[in-house]
Amino acid sequence: MGFLSVRGVSMAFPIKGGGSFLAIEDISFDVERNEFVCLIGHSGCGKSTLLNLIAGLMLPTSGDIECQAARIRGPGPDRAMVFQSHALLPWMTCFENVHLGVKQVFGRKLTRAELHDKTKQALQLVHLGHALHHYPCEISGGMKQRVGIARAFATEPRVLLLDEPFGALDALTRAALQDELVRIVDTIRSTVVMVTHDIDEAILLSDRILMMTNGPKARIGEVVQIALPRPRDRIELAENPEYAVYRKRLLEFLYRKQRIEQP
Amino acid sequence: MPRRTWLASLLLLAAFVAVWHLLTSSGSGAPSAIDPEYARLAGQSAGAGPTAAIPTPGAVAQRAYELLANAFDRSNPNNLGIAWHLMYSMGRVLLGYVLAVIVAVPMGFALGLVPPLYQILNPFIQVLRPISPLAWMPLALYTFRDSSVSTIFIIFICAIWPMLINTAAGAGSVRHEWLNVSRVFGLGTFEHVTRIVLPASVPMIMTGMRVSIGIAWFVIVAAEMVGAQSGIGYFIWNEWNNLQIASMIVAIVLIGLVGLGLDIGLSWIGQRLSFRE
Repeated sequence: MGFLSVRGVSMAFPIKGGGSFLAIEDISFDVERNEFVCLIGHSGCGKSTLLNLIAGLMLPTSGDIECQAARIRGPGPDRAMVFQSHALLPWMTCFENVHLGVKQVFGRKLTRAELHDKTKQALQLVHLGHALHHYPCEISGGMKQRVGIARAFATEPRVLLLDEPFGALDALTRAALQDELVRIVDTIRSTVVMVTHDIDEAILLSDRILMMTNGPKARIGEVVQIALPRPRDRIELAENPEYAVYRKRLLEFLYRKQRIEQP
Repeated sequence: MPRRTWLASLLLLAAFVAVWHLLTSSGSGAPSAIDPEYARLAGQSAGAGPTAAIPTPGAVAQRAYELLANAFDRSNPNNLGIAWHLMYSMGRVLLGYVLAVIVAVPMGFALGLVPPLYQILNPFIQVLRPISPLAWMPLALYTFRDSSVSTIFIIFICAIWPMLINTAAGAGSVRHEWLNVSRVFGLGTFEHVTRIVLPASVPMIMTGMRVSIGIAWFVIVAAEMVGAQSGIGYFIWNEWNNLQIASMIVAIVLIGLVGLGLDIGLSWIGQRLSFRE
Protein backbone atom coordinates (compact mmCIF):
# COMPACT_ATOMS: atom_id res chain seq x y z
CA MET A 1 0.00 0.00 0.00
CA GLY A 2 1.41 3.36 -1.03
CA PHE A 3 0.97 6.73 0.56
CA LEU A 4 -1.61 7.50 -2.07
CA SER A 5 -3.28 4.49 -3.57
CA VAL A 6 -5.48 4.34 -6.68
CA ARG A 7 -7.28 0.98 -6.97
CA GLY A 8 -9.21 -0.09 -10.08
CA VAL A 9 -10.64 3.34 -10.72
CA SER A 10 -13.05 3.89 -13.61
CA MET A 11 -14.94 7.05 -14.42
CA ALA A 12 -17.94 7.27 -16.71
CA PHE A 13 -19.71 10.48 -17.64
CA PRO A 14 -23.36 10.46 -18.69
CA ILE A 15 -23.94 11.57 -22.26
CA LYS A 16 -26.80 13.82 -23.30
CA GLY A 17 -29.56 11.62 -24.65
CA GLY A 18 -28.62 8.50 -22.72
CA GLY A 19 -25.62 6.24 -22.46
CA SER A 20 -22.31 7.13 -20.94
CA PHE A 21 -18.73 7.92 -21.85
CA LEU A 22 -16.11 5.82 -20.10
CA ALA A 23 -13.22 8.26 -19.77
CA ILE A 24 -10.81 6.09 -17.77
CA GLU A 25 -11.03 2.40 -17.03
CA ASP A 26 -9.57 0.28 -14.26
CA ILE A 27 -6.59 2.43 -13.38
CA SER A 28 -4.39 1.37 -10.46
CA PHE A 29 -1.16 2.84 -9.15
CA ASP A 30 0.53 3.85 -5.91
CA VAL A 31 2.41 6.99 -5.04
CA GLU A 32 5.03 6.80 -2.29
CA ARG A 33 5.56 9.46 0.34
CA ASN A 34 7.62 12.38 -1.03
CA GLU A 35 7.47 10.96 -4.51
CA PHE A 36 6.96 13.22 -7.53
CA VAL A 37 4.74 11.50 -10.09
CA CYS A 38 3.75 12.89 -13.47
CA LEU A 39 0.73 11.81 -15.49
CA ILE A 40 1.42 12.40 -19.17
CA GLY A 41 -0.77 11.82 -22.19
CA HIS A 42 -2.45 13.48 -25.13
CA SER A 43 -5.13 16.04 -24.38
CA GLY A 44 -8.48 14.44 -23.74
CA CYS A 45 -6.96 11.23 -22.41
CA GLY A 46 -8.52 11.69 -18.99
CA LYS A 47 -5.44 12.71 -17.03
CA SER A 48 -7.18 15.75 -15.59
CA THR A 49 -10.16 13.55 -14.75
CA LEU A 50 -7.85 11.29 -12.79
CA LEU A 51 -6.39 14.27 -10.93
CA ASN A 52 -9.87 15.60 -10.13
CA LEU A 53 -10.75 12.17 -8.75
CA ILE A 54 -7.71 12.25 -6.46
CA ALA A 55 -8.69 15.79 -5.42
CA GLY A 56 -12.15 14.45 -4.60
CA LEU A 57 -13.87 17.01 -6.83
CA MET A 58 -15.58 14.00 -8.45
CA LEU A 59 -16.15 10.50 -7.17
CA PRO A 60 -15.19 7.50 -9.33
CA THR A 61 -17.87 5.31 -10.89
CA SER A 62 -16.02 2.30 -9.54
CA GLY A 63 -12.80 1.68 -7.67
CA ASP A 64 -11.21 3.31 -4.65
CA ILE A 65 -8.73 6.07 -3.98
CA GLU A 66 -7.06 6.15 -0.59
CA CYS A 67 -4.75 8.70 0.94
CA GLN A 68 -2.84 7.35 3.96
CA ALA A 69 -5.28 4.45 4.03
CA ALA A 70 -8.29 6.77 4.33
CA ARG A 71 -10.80 6.59 1.51
CA ILE A 72 -11.30 9.84 -0.38
CA ARG A 73 -14.93 10.90 -0.23
CA GLY A 74 -14.64 14.51 -1.30
CA PRO A 75 -12.29 17.44 -1.66
CA GLY A 76 -10.14 18.53 1.24
CA PRO A 77 -7.15 20.72 1.98
CA ASP A 78 -4.97 17.65 2.62
CA ARG A 79 -4.90 17.38 -1.19
CA ALA A 80 -4.32 20.97 -2.31
CA MET A 81 -4.59 21.71 -5.97
CA VAL A 82 -2.86 24.10 -8.35
CA PHE A 83 -5.22 24.82 -11.23
CA GLN A 84 -4.20 25.38 -14.81
CA SER A 85 -6.10 28.66 -14.96
CA HIS A 86 -4.50 29.76 -11.65
CA ALA A 87 -8.06 30.24 -10.30
CA LEU A 88 -7.12 33.12 -8.04
CA LEU A 89 -10.03 35.07 -6.63
CA PRO A 90 -9.80 38.47 -8.34
CA TRP A 91 -11.43 40.35 -5.46
CA MET A 92 -8.72 39.34 -3.03
CA THR A 93 -5.10 40.45 -2.88
CA CYS A 94 -2.34 37.84 -3.29
CA PHE A 95 -2.06 37.76 0.49
CA GLU A 96 -5.80 37.26 0.99
CA ASN A 97 -5.90 34.52 -1.63
CA VAL A 98 -3.29 32.52 0.25
CA HIS A 99 -4.66 33.49 3.65
CA LEU A 100 -8.10 32.09 2.77
CA GLY A 101 -6.76 28.53 2.64
CA VAL A 102 -4.33 28.97 5.54
CA LYS A 103 -7.08 30.25 7.81
CA GLN A 104 -9.37 27.44 6.80
CA VAL A 105 -6.80 24.78 7.68
CA PHE A 106 -4.95 26.27 10.66
CA GLY A 107 -7.58 28.74 11.90
CA ARG A 108 -8.30 26.74 15.06
CA LYS A 109 -4.71 25.92 15.93
CA LEU A 110 -2.82 29.13 15.29
CA THR A 111 -3.15 32.74 16.40
CA ARG A 112 -3.92 35.54 13.98
CA ALA A 113 -0.28 36.60 13.91
CA GLU A 114 0.86 33.06 13.20
CA LEU A 115 -1.64 32.71 10.34
CA HIS A 116 -0.40 36.01 9.00
CA ASP A 117 3.24 34.86 9.18
CA LYS A 118 2.50 31.53 7.55
CA THR A 119 0.77 33.24 4.65
CA LYS A 120 3.63 35.68 4.25
CA GLN A 121 6.23 32.89 4.36
CA ALA A 122 4.44 30.97 1.62
CA LEU A 123 4.45 34.01 -0.64
CA GLN A 124 8.06 34.76 0.19
CA LEU A 125 9.00 31.21 -0.78
CA VAL A 126 7.70 31.90 -4.31
CA HIS A 127 9.51 35.26 -4.27
CA LEU A 128 6.38 37.36 -4.04
CA GLY A 129 7.13 39.02 -0.71
CA HIS A 130 6.97 42.36 -2.51
CA ALA A 131 3.53 41.77 -4.06
CA LEU A 132 1.52 40.77 -0.99
CA HIS A 133 -1.07 43.49 -1.37
CA HIS A 134 -1.38 43.47 -5.13
CA TYR A 135 -4.56 42.21 -6.75
CA PRO A 136 -4.31 39.39 -9.33
CA CYS A 137 -5.17 41.82 -12.14
CA GLU A 138 -2.07 43.82 -11.29
CA ILE A 139 0.50 41.04 -11.68
CA SER A 140 1.77 38.93 -14.59
CA GLY A 141 0.59 35.45 -15.56
CA GLY A 142 3.69 33.82 -14.10
CA MET A 143 3.25 35.67 -10.82
CA LYS A 144 -0.38 34.63 -10.65
CA GLN A 145 0.59 31.00 -10.99
CA ARG A 146 3.18 31.46 -8.25
CA VAL A 147 0.41 32.69 -5.97
CA GLY A 148 -1.58 29.61 -6.98
CA ILE A 149 1.35 27.41 -5.99
CA ALA A 150 1.88 29.29 -2.74
CA ARG A 151 -1.81 28.96 -1.90
CA ALA A 152 -1.63 25.20 -2.44
CA PHE A 153 1.46 24.38 -0.38
CA ALA A 154 0.78 26.97 2.35
CA THR A 155 -1.86 24.62 3.74
CA GLU A 156 0.84 21.93 4.13
CA PRO A 157 -1.08 19.33 2.16
CA ARG A 158 -0.22 15.65 2.27
CA VAL A 159 -0.40 15.59 -1.50
CA LEU A 160 0.10 18.49 -3.87
CA LEU A 161 -1.93 18.13 -7.06
CA LEU A 162 -0.84 20.13 -10.09
CA ASP A 163 -3.10 20.29 -13.15
CA GLU A 164 -0.92 21.51 -16.05
CA PRO A 165 0.09 24.43 -13.89
CA PHE A 166 2.47 25.94 -16.43
CA GLY A 167 0.39 25.20 -19.53
CA ALA A 168 -0.74 28.78 -20.02
CA LEU A 169 2.72 30.35 -19.62
CA ASP A 170 5.43 31.23 -22.12
CA ALA A 171 8.53 29.00 -22.31
CA LEU A 172 10.88 31.23 -20.29
CA THR A 173 8.42 31.86 -17.49
CA ARG A 174 7.61 28.17 -17.47
CA ALA A 175 11.27 27.20 -17.05
CA ALA A 176 11.70 29.66 -14.19
CA LEU A 177 8.61 28.32 -12.43
CA GLN A 178 9.66 24.69 -12.95
CA ASP A 179 12.96 25.43 -11.22
CA GLU A 180 11.10 27.13 -8.42
CA LEU A 181 8.75 24.19 -8.05
CA VAL A 182 11.72 21.82 -7.72
CA ARG A 183 13.20 24.03 -5.02
CA ILE A 184 9.89 24.30 -3.14
CA VAL A 185 9.18 20.58 -3.30
CA ASP A 186 12.71 19.91 -1.97
CA THR A 187 12.13 22.43 0.83
CA ILE A 188 8.76 21.16 2.03
CA ARG A 189 9.33 17.49 1.15
CA SER A 190 5.89 17.13 -0.39
CA THR A 191 4.26 14.29 -2.29
CA VAL A 192 3.26 15.54 -5.74
CA VAL A 193 1.01 14.31 -8.53
CA MET A 194 1.25 16.47 -11.61
CA VAL A 195 -0.58 16.38 -14.92
CA THR A 196 1.31 17.60 -17.97
CA HIS A 197 1.70 17.05 -21.68
CA ASP A 198 5.23 18.46 -21.73
CA ILE A 199 7.84 15.68 -21.99
CA ASP A 200 10.81 17.77 -20.82
CA GLU A 201 8.86 19.09 -17.88
CA ALA A 202 7.91 15.57 -16.87
CA ILE A 203 11.50 14.27 -17.00
CA LEU A 204 12.95 17.29 -15.23
CA LEU A 205 10.54 17.09 -12.31
CA SER A 206 9.49 13.46 -11.88
CA ASP A 207 10.67 10.44 -9.96
CA ARG A 208 8.23 8.41 -12.01
CA ILE A 209 6.16 9.08 -15.11
CA LEU A 210 2.85 7.34 -15.78
CA MET A 211 2.03 7.39 -19.49
CA MET A 212 -1.67 7.25 -20.28
CA THR A 213 -3.19 5.73 -23.39
CA ASN A 214 -5.67 7.75 -25.43
CA GLY A 215 -9.27 7.85 -24.26
CA PRO A 216 -11.95 6.70 -24.14
CA LYS A 217 -11.25 3.90 -21.69
CA ALA A 218 -7.83 5.37 -21.00
CA ARG A 219 -5.40 3.26 -18.98
CA ILE A 220 -1.85 3.59 -17.83
CA GLY A 221 0.16 2.32 -20.78
CA GLU A 222 3.71 2.45 -19.49
CA VAL A 223 5.55 3.54 -16.38
CA VAL A 224 9.05 5.03 -16.44
CA GLN A 225 11.19 5.41 -13.36
CA ILE A 226 13.40 8.48 -13.80
CA ALA A 227 16.71 7.63 -12.11
CA LEU A 228 18.43 10.94 -12.85
CA PRO A 229 20.25 12.30 -9.80
CA ARG A 230 18.89 15.35 -8.00
CA PRO A 231 19.23 18.28 -7.97
CA ARG A 232 18.69 18.31 -11.70
CA ASP A 233 19.91 21.10 -13.86
CA ARG A 234 18.13 21.67 -17.15
CA ILE A 235 21.33 22.71 -18.93
CA GLU A 236 23.36 19.69 -17.79
CA LEU A 237 20.43 17.40 -18.60
CA ALA A 238 20.53 18.57 -22.20
CA GLU A 239 23.81 16.71 -22.63
CA ASN A 240 22.97 13.75 -20.41
CA PRO A 241 22.73 10.51 -22.47
CA GLU A 242 20.28 8.95 -19.99
CA TYR A 243 18.02 11.97 -20.43
CA ALA A 244 17.98 11.35 -24.16
CA VAL A 245 16.97 7.74 -23.55
CA TYR A 246 14.04 8.75 -21.32
CA ARG A 247 13.04 11.39 -23.80
CA LYS A 248 13.07 8.89 -26.68
CA ARG A 249 10.97 6.45 -24.71
CA LEU A 250 8.34 9.06 -23.95
CA LEU A 251 8.32 10.32 -27.52
CA GLU A 252 7.93 6.79 -28.81
CA PHE A 253 5.00 6.14 -26.54
CA LEU A 254 3.22 9.40 -27.30
CA TYR A 255 3.90 9.71 -31.01
CA ARG A 256 4.22 6.11 -32.21
CA LYS A 257 2.14 3.88 -29.95
CA GLN A 258 -0.43 6.49 -28.96
CA ARG A 259 -0.32 8.61 -32.06
CA ILE A 260 -3.45 10.63 -32.66
CA GLU A 261 -4.76 9.58 -36.07
CA GLN A 262 -5.42 12.50 -38.35
CA PRO A 263 -8.59 11.87 -40.35
CA MET B 1 -10.61 61.82 -30.97
CA PRO B 2 -12.89 61.85 -27.90
CA ARG B 3 -12.75 65.63 -27.88
CA ARG B 4 -14.00 65.76 -31.45
CA THR B 5 -17.02 63.54 -30.78
CA TRP B 6 -17.82 65.74 -27.84
CA LEU B 7 -17.73 68.75 -30.10
CA ALA B 8 -19.96 67.00 -32.64
CA SER B 9 -22.52 66.28 -29.92
CA LEU B 10 -22.54 69.93 -29.01
CA LEU B 11 -23.00 70.96 -32.64
CA LEU B 12 -25.88 68.52 -32.97
CA LEU B 13 -27.55 70.09 -29.95
CA ALA B 14 -27.05 73.56 -31.41
CA ALA B 15 -28.55 72.42 -34.72
CA PHE B 16 -31.52 70.92 -32.91
CA VAL B 17 -32.16 74.14 -30.99
CA ALA B 18 -31.80 76.18 -34.18
CA VAL B 19 -34.36 74.07 -36.05
CA TRP B 20 -36.64 74.19 -33.05
CA HIS B 21 -36.32 77.97 -33.00
CA LEU B 22 -37.05 78.30 -36.74
CA LEU B 23 -40.13 76.09 -36.51
CA THR B 24 -41.62 77.81 -33.48
CA SER B 25 -40.79 81.50 -34.00
CA SER B 26 -42.43 81.88 -37.45
CA GLY B 27 -45.76 83.09 -36.11
CA SER B 28 -45.55 86.72 -35.00
CA GLY B 29 -46.44 87.48 -31.41
CA ALA B 30 -45.20 84.57 -29.35
CA PRO B 31 -48.27 82.49 -28.41
CA SER B 32 -46.48 81.20 -25.37
CA ALA B 33 -46.73 84.68 -23.96
CA ILE B 34 -50.43 84.07 -23.29
CA ASP B 35 -51.02 84.77 -19.70
CA PRO B 36 -51.78 81.54 -17.86
CA GLU B 37 -54.42 83.34 -15.87
CA TYR B 38 -56.07 84.39 -19.10
CA ALA B 39 -55.77 80.90 -20.50
CA ARG B 40 -57.55 79.48 -17.51
CA LEU B 41 -60.31 82.06 -17.68
CA ALA B 42 -60.76 81.76 -21.42
CA GLY B 43 -60.95 77.98 -21.14
CA GLN B 44 -61.93 76.42 -24.47
CA SER B 45 -61.01 79.32 -26.71
CA ALA B 46 -57.54 79.68 -25.23
CA GLY B 47 -57.10 75.93 -25.49
CA ALA B 48 -57.80 76.18 -29.20
CA GLY B 49 -55.46 79.14 -29.61
CA PRO B 50 -52.14 77.71 -28.46
CA THR B 51 -52.47 74.30 -30.14
CA ALA B 52 -49.68 75.32 -32.49
CA ALA B 53 -47.90 77.00 -29.65
CA ILE B 54 -44.84 74.95 -28.90
CA PRO B 55 -42.75 77.59 -27.18
CA THR B 56 -39.46 78.80 -28.63
CA PRO B 57 -36.17 77.69 -27.09
CA GLY B 58 -35.79 81.20 -25.74
CA ALA B 59 -39.14 81.01 -23.98
CA VAL B 60 -38.26 77.64 -22.52
CA ALA B 61 -34.90 78.98 -21.33
CA GLN B 62 -36.65 81.95 -19.79
CA ARG B 63 -39.10 79.61 -18.02
CA ALA B 64 -36.25 77.35 -16.92
CA TYR B 65 -34.53 80.33 -15.38
CA GLU B 66 -37.71 81.32 -13.52
CA LEU B 67 -38.35 77.79 -12.32
CA LEU B 68 -34.78 77.24 -11.18
CA ALA B 69 -34.54 80.65 -9.54
CA ASN B 70 -37.56 79.73 -7.41
CA ALA B 71 -36.67 76.04 -7.24
CA PHE B 72 -36.63 75.91 -3.46
CA ASP B 73 -39.56 78.22 -2.93
CA ARG B 74 -42.14 76.77 -0.59
CA SER B 75 -43.92 79.96 0.48
CA ASN B 76 -47.08 78.81 -1.31
CA PRO B 77 -47.88 75.18 -0.50
CA ASN B 78 -50.00 74.96 -3.66
CA ASN B 79 -47.14 76.13 -5.82
CA LEU B 80 -43.99 74.40 -4.62
CA GLY B 81 -40.62 75.04 -6.26
CA ILE B 82 -39.57 72.47 -8.83
CA ALA B 83 -36.67 71.24 -6.68
CA TRP B 84 -39.18 70.19 -4.01
CA HIS B 85 -41.13 68.23 -6.58
CA LEU B 86 -37.96 66.52 -7.74
CA MET B 87 -37.07 65.72 -4.14
CA TYR B 88 -40.49 64.26 -3.45
CA SER B 89 -40.08 62.05 -6.51
CA MET B 90 -36.54 61.01 -5.59
CA GLY B 91 -37.59 60.34 -2.02
CA ARG B 92 -40.34 57.98 -3.19
CA VAL B 93 -38.00 56.31 -5.66
CA LEU B 94 -35.34 55.92 -2.99
CA LEU B 95 -37.75 54.41 -0.45
CA GLY B 96 -39.32 51.96 -2.89
CA TYR B 97 -35.94 51.13 -4.36
CA VAL B 98 -34.21 50.47 -1.03
CA LEU B 99 -37.11 48.25 0.03
CA ALA B 100 -36.75 46.38 -3.26
CA VAL B 101 -32.98 45.94 -2.70
CA ILE B 102 -33.59 44.63 0.82
CA VAL B 103 -36.00 42.01 -0.52
CA ALA B 104 -34.48 41.23 -3.93
CA VAL B 105 -30.81 40.73 -3.12
CA PRO B 106 -31.13 38.16 -0.30
CA MET B 107 -33.98 36.44 -2.12
CA GLY B 108 -32.03 36.38 -5.38
CA PHE B 109 -29.16 34.81 -3.47
CA ALA B 110 -31.39 32.10 -2.12
CA LEU B 111 -32.81 31.43 -5.58
CA GLY B 112 -29.35 31.30 -7.14
CA LEU B 113 -27.91 28.99 -4.51
CA VAL B 114 -30.89 26.63 -4.31
CA PRO B 115 -31.97 25.85 -7.91
CA PRO B 116 -35.11 23.89 -6.90
CA LEU B 117 -36.33 26.98 -5.04
CA TYR B 118 -35.86 28.99 -8.24
CA GLN B 119 -37.83 26.43 -10.20
CA ILE B 120 -40.67 26.55 -7.67
CA LEU B 121 -40.90 30.35 -7.67
CA ASN B 122 -40.08 30.93 -11.33
CA PRO B 123 -43.67 30.69 -12.65
CA PHE B 124 -44.76 33.39 -10.20
CA ILE B 125 -41.83 35.61 -11.10
CA GLN B 126 -42.50 35.21 -14.80
CA VAL B 127 -46.18 36.12 -14.40
CA LEU B 128 -45.62 39.08 -12.06
CA ARG B 129 -42.65 40.54 -13.93
CA PRO B 130 -44.37 41.69 -17.16
CA ILE B 131 -47.24 43.44 -15.35
CA SER B 132 -47.10 47.16 -15.98
CA PRO B 133 -46.46 48.80 -12.61
CA LEU B 134 -49.33 51.18 -13.24
CA ALA B 135 -51.74 48.27 -13.40
CA TRP B 136 -51.16 47.94 -9.65
CA MET B 137 -52.01 51.58 -9.00
CA PRO B 138 -55.79 51.37 -8.43
CA LEU B 139 -55.36 48.26 -6.31
CA ALA B 140 -52.58 49.95 -4.35
CA LEU B 141 -54.67 53.08 -3.81
CA TYR B 142 -57.58 50.96 -2.66
CA THR B 143 -55.41 48.90 -0.34
CA PHE B 144 -53.14 51.55 1.19
CA ARG B 145 -55.59 54.49 1.01
CA ASP B 146 -52.61 56.78 0.58
CA SER B 147 -51.19 58.06 -2.67
CA SER B 148 -47.62 58.36 -1.39
CA VAL B 149 -47.52 54.83 0.00
CA SER B 150 -49.08 53.63 -3.26
CA THR B 151 -46.41 55.23 -5.42
CA ILE B 152 -43.69 53.79 -3.18
CA PHE B 153 -45.29 50.37 -3.57
CA ILE B 154 -45.37 50.82 -7.36
CA ILE B 155 -41.66 51.65 -7.36
CA PHE B 156 -40.95 48.64 -5.16
CA ILE B 157 -42.88 46.27 -7.38
CA CYS B 158 -41.23 47.46 -10.59
CA ALA B 159 -37.68 47.71 -9.20
CA ILE B 160 -37.62 44.28 -7.61
CA TRP B 161 -37.58 42.06 -10.74
CA PRO B 162 -34.36 43.02 -12.51
CA MET B 163 -32.45 42.87 -9.22
CA LEU B 164 -33.99 39.56 -8.21
CA ILE B 165 -33.31 37.89 -11.54
CA ASN B 166 -29.80 39.30 -11.91
CA THR B 167 -28.79 38.39 -8.37
CA ALA B 168 -30.11 34.87 -8.84
CA ALA B 169 -28.24 34.55 -12.15
CA GLY B 170 -25.05 35.92 -10.58
CA ALA B 171 -25.16 33.66 -7.53
CA GLY B 172 -26.07 30.66 -9.67
CA SER B 173 -23.33 31.07 -12.25
CA VAL B 174 -20.17 31.55 -10.20
CA ARG B 175 -17.20 30.31 -12.24
CA HIS B 176 -16.45 26.66 -11.80
CA GLU B 177 -12.80 27.23 -10.94
CA TRP B 178 -13.75 29.50 -8.04
CA LEU B 179 -16.24 26.98 -6.73
CA ASN B 180 -13.50 24.35 -6.94
CA VAL B 181 -11.16 26.57 -4.91
CA SER B 182 -13.86 26.82 -2.28
CA ARG B 183 -14.34 23.04 -2.26
CA VAL B 184 -10.63 22.14 -2.24
CA PHE B 185 -9.97 24.38 0.75
CA GLY B 186 -13.11 23.18 2.47
CA LEU B 187 -14.84 26.51 3.05
CA GLY B 188 -17.94 26.38 5.23
CA THR B 189 -21.29 27.61 3.96
CA PHE B 190 -20.96 31.06 5.52
CA GLU B 191 -17.44 31.62 4.22
CA HIS B 192 -18.41 30.17 0.86
CA VAL B 193 -21.31 32.61 0.46
CA THR B 194 -19.62 35.72 1.85
CA ARG B 195 -16.13 35.29 0.41
CA ILE B 196 -16.77 33.51 -2.89
CA VAL B 197 -20.37 33.78 -4.11
CA LEU B 198 -21.13 37.33 -2.98
CA PRO B 199 -18.04 39.01 -4.44
CA ALA B 200 -18.34 36.91 -7.60
CA SER B 201 -21.94 38.08 -8.14
CA VAL B 202 -21.38 41.78 -7.40
CA PRO B 203 -21.09 42.76 -11.09
CA MET B 204 -24.39 41.02 -11.89
CA ILE B 205 -26.11 42.49 -8.82
CA MET B 206 -24.93 45.97 -9.76
CA THR B 207 -26.20 45.53 -13.33
CA GLY B 208 -29.60 44.57 -11.92
CA MET B 209 -29.55 47.58 -9.60
CA ARG B 210 -28.74 49.88 -12.51
CA VAL B 211 -31.56 48.52 -14.64
CA SER B 212 -33.91 48.84 -11.67
CA ILE B 213 -33.13 52.45 -10.86
CA GLY B 214 -33.74 53.32 -14.50
CA ILE B 215 -37.13 51.63 -14.46
CA ALA B 216 -38.01 53.16 -11.09
CA TRP B 217 -37.27 56.67 -12.33
CA PHE B 218 -39.27 55.89 -15.47
CA VAL B 219 -42.27 54.76 -13.52
CA ILE B 220 -42.35 57.42 -10.83
CA VAL B 221 -43.40 60.10 -13.33
CA ALA B 222 -46.35 58.09 -14.55
CA ALA B 223 -47.31 57.00 -11.04
CA GLU B 224 -47.33 60.57 -9.79
CA MET B 225 -49.46 61.69 -12.72
CA VAL B 226 -52.12 59.20 -11.68
CA GLY B 227 -52.13 59.47 -7.96
CA ALA B 228 -50.06 62.12 -6.22
CA GLN B 229 -50.28 65.72 -5.08
CA SER B 230 -46.57 66.36 -5.39
CA GLY B 231 -43.57 65.15 -7.31
CA ILE B 232 -42.26 65.82 -10.79
CA GLY B 233 -44.95 63.70 -12.46
CA TYR B 234 -47.66 65.65 -10.68
CA PHE B 235 -45.85 68.86 -11.66
CA ILE B 236 -45.94 68.00 -15.37
CA TRP B 237 -49.58 67.03 -15.22
CA ASN B 238 -50.45 70.19 -13.35
CA GLU B 239 -48.56 72.37 -15.81
CA TRP B 240 -50.35 70.57 -18.63
CA ASN B 241 -53.67 71.44 -17.04
CA ASN B 242 -52.44 75.05 -16.89
CA LEU B 243 -51.19 74.81 -20.49
CA GLN B 244 -47.71 75.79 -19.36
CA ILE B 245 -45.94 74.00 -22.19
CA ALA B 246 -42.58 75.64 -21.43
CA SER B 247 -42.69 74.38 -17.84
CA MET B 248 -43.46 70.89 -19.07
CA ILE B 249 -40.44 70.94 -21.37
CA VAL B 250 -38.20 72.17 -18.57
CA ALA B 251 -39.48 69.37 -16.34
CA ILE B 252 -38.96 66.77 -19.07
CA VAL B 253 -35.34 67.84 -19.51
CA LEU B 254 -34.82 67.79 -15.74
CA ILE B 255 -36.23 64.25 -15.54
CA GLY B 256 -33.70 63.18 -18.17
CA LEU B 257 -30.83 64.83 -16.33
CA VAL B 258 -31.76 63.34 -12.96
CA GLY B 259 -32.12 59.90 -14.57
CA LEU B 260 -28.69 60.27 -16.11
CA GLY B 261 -27.28 61.31 -12.74
CA LEU B 262 -28.80 58.28 -11.00
CA ASP B 263 -27.34 55.96 -13.63
CA ILE B 264 -23.87 57.52 -13.48
CA GLY B 265 -23.95 57.34 -9.68
CA LEU B 266 -24.86 53.66 -9.60
CA SER B 267 -22.41 52.82 -12.35
CA TRP B 268 -19.66 54.52 -10.32
CA ILE B 269 -20.62 52.59 -7.19
CA GLY B 270 -20.70 49.40 -9.27
CA GLN B 271 -17.19 49.96 -10.53
CA ARG B 272 -15.93 50.61 -7.03
CA LEU B 273 -17.50 47.43 -5.67
CA SER B 274 -16.80 45.07 -8.58
CA PHE B 275 -13.59 43.13 -8.92
CA ARG B 276 -11.25 43.73 -11.83
CA GLU B 277 -9.59 41.04 -13.91
